[in-house]
Formats: sequence, structure tokens, C-alpha cells
Amino acid sequence: MSHFPTATQPNIATHSFFRPNPIKAITALLLLTLLTSCGGGENNVSTGNRSGTLHWGNGTEPQSLDPHIATGVPEHKIIVALMEGLVLKDSKTLEPRPGVATSWDISEDGRVYTFYLRENARWSNGDPHNAHDYAWSWWRALQPALGNLYAYMYFPITNAKEYYEGEISDFEQVGVKALDDYTLQVTLNNPTPYFLQLLDHYSLYPVHRATIEKFGDADQRGTRWTYEGNIVGNGPFQLSEWKINRRVVVERNPHYWDAESIRLNKIIFYPIENAVTVERMFRAGQLHYSGTVPADKIATYRERNDPALHIAPYLGVYFYRINTRVPQLQDKRVRRALGMTIDRDKISERILKGGQIPAYTITPPGTMGYYPKSDLAFNPEAARELLADAGYPNGEGFPTTEILYNTSEGHRKIAVAIQQMWKKHLNIDVKLLNQEWKVYLNSVTSRDYEIGRAGWIGDYVDPNNFLDMFLCDGGNNRTGWCNPEYDQLILKAAPEAKTHAERLAIFNRAETMLLDDMPVIPIYIYTSNNLVNTSVKNFNDNILNQPSFKEIYLEADPADAGVKN
Amino acid sequence: MWRFALNRLLQAIPVLLIVISATFMLVHSAPGGPFSAEKSVPPEVIAALEAQYNLDQPLWQQYISYLGDVVQGDFGPSFKYSGRTVNELIAAGIPATAELAFYAMMVALIIGVSAGVAAAMRPNTMQDYVPMSAAMLGICMPSFLLGPLLVLIFGIYLEWLPVSGWGDMPGDKIMPSITLGTGYAAYIARLSRGGMLEVLSQDYIRTARAKGLSERVIIFKHAMRGGLIPVVAFLGPAFAGLLGGSFVVETIFQIPGLGRFYVQAAFNRDYTMILGMTIFFATLIILFNLLSDMLAIWLDPKLRHQARGNN
Repeated sequence: MSHFPTATQPNIATHSFFRPNPIKAITALLLLTLLTSCGGGENNVSTGNRSGTLHWGNGTEPQSLDPHIATGVPEHKIIVALMEGLVLKDSKTLEPRPGVATSWDISEDGRVYTFYLRENARWSNGDPHNAHDYAWSWWRALQPALGNLYAYMYFPITNAKEYYEGEISDFEQVGVKALDDYTLQVTLNNPTPYFLQLLDHYSLYPVHRATIEKFGDADQRGTRWTYEGNIVGNGPFQLSEWKINRRVVVERNPHYWDAESIRLNKIIFYPIENAVTVERMFRAGQLHYSGTVPADKIATYRERNDPALHIAPYLGVYFYRINTRVPQLQDKRVRRALGMTIDRDKISERILKGGQIPAYTITPPGTMGYYPKSDLAFNPEAARELLADAGYPNGEGFPTTEILYNTSEGHRKIAVAIQQMWKKHLNIDVKLLNQEWKVYLNSVTSRDYEIGRAGWIGDYVDPNNFLDMFLCDGGNNRTGWCNPEYDQLILKAAPEAKTHAERLAIFNRAETMLLDDMPVIPIYIYTSNNLVNTSVKNFNDNILNQPSFKEIYLEADPADAGVKN
Repeated sequence: MWRFALNRLLQAIPVLLIVISATFMLVHSAPGGPFSAEKSVPPEVIAALEAQYNLDQPLWQQYISYLGDVVQGDFGPSFKYSGRTVNELIAAGIPATAELAFYAMMVALIIGVSAGVAAAMRPNTMQDYVPMSAAMLGICMPSFLLGPLLVLIFGIYLEWLPVSGWGDMPGDKIMPSITLGTGYAAYIARLSRGGMLEVLSQDYIRTARAKGLSERVIIFKHAMRGGLIPVVAFLGPAFAGLLGGSFVVETIFQIPGLGRFYVQAAFNRDYTMILGMTIFFATLIILFNLLSDMLAIWLDPKLRHQARGNN
């Protein structure tokens, strides 16, 4: 390192720092821009409240807005704004309400549904919307080439499964028929009490035939019919802008049959993946709604009793699958012992902190009035006895077993807690293994795991949606557990039940069997955690965490017009 | 000079081919495919989907047809974003990412060069220690810490700047540019200090001083041209790094750029998207390295002489 004579230094300083020079000028300019361009602006929430624009934090960039292709929650939120099924759900109770159908009859044997469609229903381009749209749309949804992951939602309909799987090729044999322009008849295999609910699932929404055919074949994936300027829907809103990774904007659809009751003018959906970013945007008044709250922030919101935080039970269960083919896990006494030594209250209170409910059954209690009885409880003493009976007194000789979870801090914390509980109560050693999401899916599907973290969110409110996972050949079973008697209850006895009570009793018998053998260990029932600005009115929490944009409106309280925390 | 450039461009072809082949093999050997999901997917659906994207063909055939498409500039359809092409998605992300990289580079150059030059003028004094310690801090401070810190101070407490967005609200580009640029500013400060110190000890500077030229002229006209060559050489890789490395900043500030797509594509096993982005970035890196080498040659008479001599 060398330097020049010190005598010149004062001179340099004078020259470079106190006289104008280009760098200084640019810096000054930049600073000036900085100062003039910021501050003073109103936030989205206050401007939105005036203009009736809802700013909605929506997770990720939607993969598709085609209701027969989309599968994710962010897509769901946008699609329900753009389209509508025959039936809607009450935003609080989820009871069926008239949608495109004004009313319906159900035959005495519960198998034939006749829907009477409203004659003033229109597509967003003004085209008439009638019963033939449903027959065509459902035909499209069942084309195998389309790759519809929700095709199974149609399977209660007579011959839908057979048609989809190619056993029959004539769609006429499928139980969907437009009797006339405004009457649609649907025939089911069995009386299916949750069928009306399915109609409000986007996979059964109608699509606009002319638009789809304009942009490609009916069963062609990835055509551009859902894009800005192309898509035609029948819902309360219509798509006006879709900027990749920026926003999806929907505006009021003037042709919607109930357009007069819609109070929002516009909804802007922002694809924001990062939970911390979205919470910060919410706090800064850039969003009316965020569907995620970082776990460590929930406690703060709860302590403050912040009215923005909405915590509600969610129709989903967090559980561990056990690979019943692993030698030390083949004995159901071992599996029961594992299930009985998880202190779920502690996990819920100390780790999750979001009001999650400890789960002792796979079906969330209260699903369609179903409150399953369960003898599963936290009971370390009885568990130790069971483990001893299985040949591992005080855990001796029990091979080290591995818990697999997909990489996430939340899953890791739970796995660590359970690892410690099993060590403490059963004296067995457990290793933890995390894998990246797709690798983890691969391991679980190919049953290359010992104990694996899992979650299941219901598509419709019925115990069937949880219990049919564990049928012998159920694609989501993945435990190797198979009980023909269980299959018989779910597949035969429950659909043929005469009354609701009888049906629930059958489900309870099946669930008891499942819990007794314990190929899966229920851990907790999810809660939905939403941040909702207090100016958003008519936002109702429900167990499907499904908003009703039709009902929501914005009204700023004079006191919190600024909405700053 | 032009022959030098042409030479380098020809060398780039095998480099790109290796990048494409390696990435192709890697993405196809990663466990889990683009269509696996938590809910089980019926085999008939998987078959239909694979047929649509030609994934049912033997791997070598897929490779050949992919290369054929790439040569024509077609990166294929995205597997995840149904109906979107990779070209379209990259095009959608470029403006924000390029703009962000450009502003960040401006921030880095203005802060870095002025701090480095100032430090070199009075080495081992406070005018040297203060900016250089700050530079050390800047190099060490990761953007995932600096970003949220800036947001907390200027976005939430002072409410001077929007906490996120890109071009939606006035001033929303300032914090991301500073967050991304700071690390590079720090590095440039160190580079320019080193370069300037070396040049300032050269004979021609002493001659200039002896001639009685003002310090301003000496620094800006004579010393900086040679002293900043290391900075110029760093600009190419830095700009490519800014373009490709903006993922964290894009996530923190909710910027609709390329970085987020790149990372998501890997998680989703969106094969065509991963490949397309990798090729795109590889090309950028090659181009920017070439550009900065050419700039360095133009700036440095010694190198210019060499380049001419070699040709």
C-alpha cells in the first residue's frame, strides 16, 4: 500500500468534497428524487374503501383459471369470483343456497336431482346460460386428455367413473340430462347427501363452450381461453386484467343474474407467496386481506386482541402416516403406543399457537353433525404396557425409526417435539428426515418411508371425504393398511344408509376400526388464520375458509380511516 | 477487438451446449415429476399429461427435440402455468428484473466508487476507515436482513416509502434498489479503493503532480481511468449476478421479476421453465462477461496493445 505526500491532502479534500462534481450532482439528484417521490400517498385500503376495490393477498400466481384444470387454493379464490355453480353455499353455515338453479327436487330414493335454472342467468358476454351448458361442461370435465385432477368429484353421478375410465364411450349413459333449456336432471349411483355441496366446487362449474372452442379443442389443456380479454364466465365478477406475478383484477359483471346485490366494484388479487411480506403489506394498509399469518406473529395479534385476526376451525387434519410394512411398525400395539404418547395439547399450545384443536380422530369433529367417538387419548402408562406387550419393554430393542417430513420449519418443530415425547414416554429413538416437497411426495407415494407427516384438507363437508382416503386401493392411503371390512362400510353400507343418523353411525364404526389399527396418527385439526381489515364487512368465517365475494362490502369506520397499526 | 469478440462468441456455443445438457439431465433425474401432487393423481391423468408434454417419449428423443426448439428460440410451454409459454413468462419478468438490476447497479456504482475513491485519496485516515468499515458491513449484511430492516424503518415506522410493489406507488423502487445494490456497492468500494491506490502511486501521477495539475484533474482525468479498471472488470459478472440473484429482494418487496419464477420452477419441477431460465441466464452471463472484457480492453492501453498483438 502506498500513499502520496500528506501535504497535498487538505487540497484534495477541498477539491473533491466541497466543490461540485458529477458524482455529487448525481447523488444529489437521486436523493432529491427519493425525497420528492415518497410520502403523502394514501394506502390501498383507504382508496379501496372509497372506490369499492377489495385488495386481496392471494398466495401464489394462479396456474390456471380453467375450473376443470385448476387445483390450488389461490386459483379457487379467483374462480369463485368469476364463475358460479348450480348451487351456492351459505357463507356462514355452508348450507346449500340457490345459485344458477332457483330450486331443485330430489327423488324419494335420493338418487335423482332435478334442477330448475333461472331464465335470467347470463354469461359475462351476455349470452344466455342454460341447462345444455352443464351437460357440455361436465362432458368436457370428464375427458381424460384434459387431465382434470378433480374428476373424482363427478363419480357419484351414474356412469361418470365408467366414462372417465374409458369403460363406456357413450356420454348419453352418464347421468346428466338437459330435459329442456332450463331443467337439468342428474342421476346418482347412490343417494349422496353431500352432492349439492359438490355443485359449489369449481370442478363442477359450467364453462362457456363457444369461448373454449374458439381457442382450441374442448379437451385441450393450456389453451388461452382463460386469459385476459378471452375468458367468459357466469359469476358475479369478470376478469379485466391478468398481469403475470403482479395482479389479477376482476370487476363487477353487469350480466350476472344478481348483479344488483353485488356491492364490490373490483377485486385485485395479488400473488404474494411470502408470509412475512404479505403480513407487512397488510399492516401497511396495502391489503384488505391476507390468507396467511406468519406463525410467530399470531401470538402478537392475539395478545393485542386485534380484530383483524380471524381464527376459525378449518376442515383439515394434520396427521402422521405409518408405513405398516416396516417390521417394527407392523404390530398395531406399537402404532397405538406411538399415538398415545403424543401430547397434542402441548403441541397446540406451545408450538402452533394458532388455536389449533388437538385431534383424536381423522375426521374433524362436527363435520356434517358428525362427532366421532374416539378412545385415543394421551396415556403414556397404557402406551408403555402396549409397547411391552409387543415385545419392546421400556423400548428395549426397538429399532431407530425415522419421521419423514417436507422441509418446513413448522413441520420440523412438531417432529422434534414428537421425537422427544416418544423418547421420554416410550424410550425409543427416532431420527428426523426432511426432504424437499417433490422428493417427499415421491418417497411417500412409493412408500419409501417409515413414519411420514401428512395433511388433508376437505373438498366438501362430509366424513366420506376423510374416511375414503384409507380404502385398500385408495390412492391417498399410502400406509399399506387394508381392511376389507372397512372398505365394505365406506363403499356399501354408508351409501345405502336410510337415515343421516344411521350413515354417521356407520362412519363412526369405520373410523373406530381405523383408529384401533392406527395406520395414521391424527395430531391436530387445522385452523384458518386470516387477517381481515375491519373495513371489510360481511366476511364470514367458515370451515372451508371460502369467502363469498358476492356478500362482502367495504365500509371504512370513521375512526380507523387511516388503518395504520 | 472484433475478432476477439467473435472468438469469444464462438467459444460460447460449446459452453451453452454443456449447460443445456447438464441441466437437462439434472432436472430429469430429480425425484418427483412436474405432475406429482399431495392428492394422488390417477395414472390415466398422469399418462394424459405426459403425452401432452411429450414426456412419454424416450429421454434422448426429448433432448433432441428440445435442442431443436431452443435453436429456434422456443423454450416450450410451461408445465405449471397451463397455457403460458416459457418465453412469455421470461418476457413478463424481464422488465422488472432488468430495471431493478439497473437501479441497483447505479446505487452500487455511485456509492461504491465515491466511497472507494475518497478512501484512496487519504488512506489510513478516518476518510478511509469509515467508508471501508461501512463497506465491510455492507458486504456482510445479507439482503434478507437489510431489506426487512429498511422496510421496518422507512416503510413502517417513518412511513416514507411503500413497503412493497414495483411501479405501483411512487417511491416503491427505492428500497429494493438500495437493498440489492448495497452489497455490490461495498464490493465496488473496496475494488475502486485498491485500484486507485495502485494508480496513485504510479510515476505518471507523480509527473502530473509535478507539473502542478490540480488534484481534481489528477483524480478524475488521470487516475480514475486506470484506477477503475478492476471495477469495470467486475461490472459484467456483477450485472449478471444482479439479474439472476434478485430472488430474495423480489420476494421481500413483491416484485414481479424473473428471480421468483426461477426458484419456483425448481420447486415445481417445471422442466421447460428451469431449462429456459438457465439458458437465458447462462447467455446473459456470457454476454456481460464479454462486454466488460471489451470495456476493460478499451480502457486499458496495455490490454489494448495485447489484444491487438494477439490478433
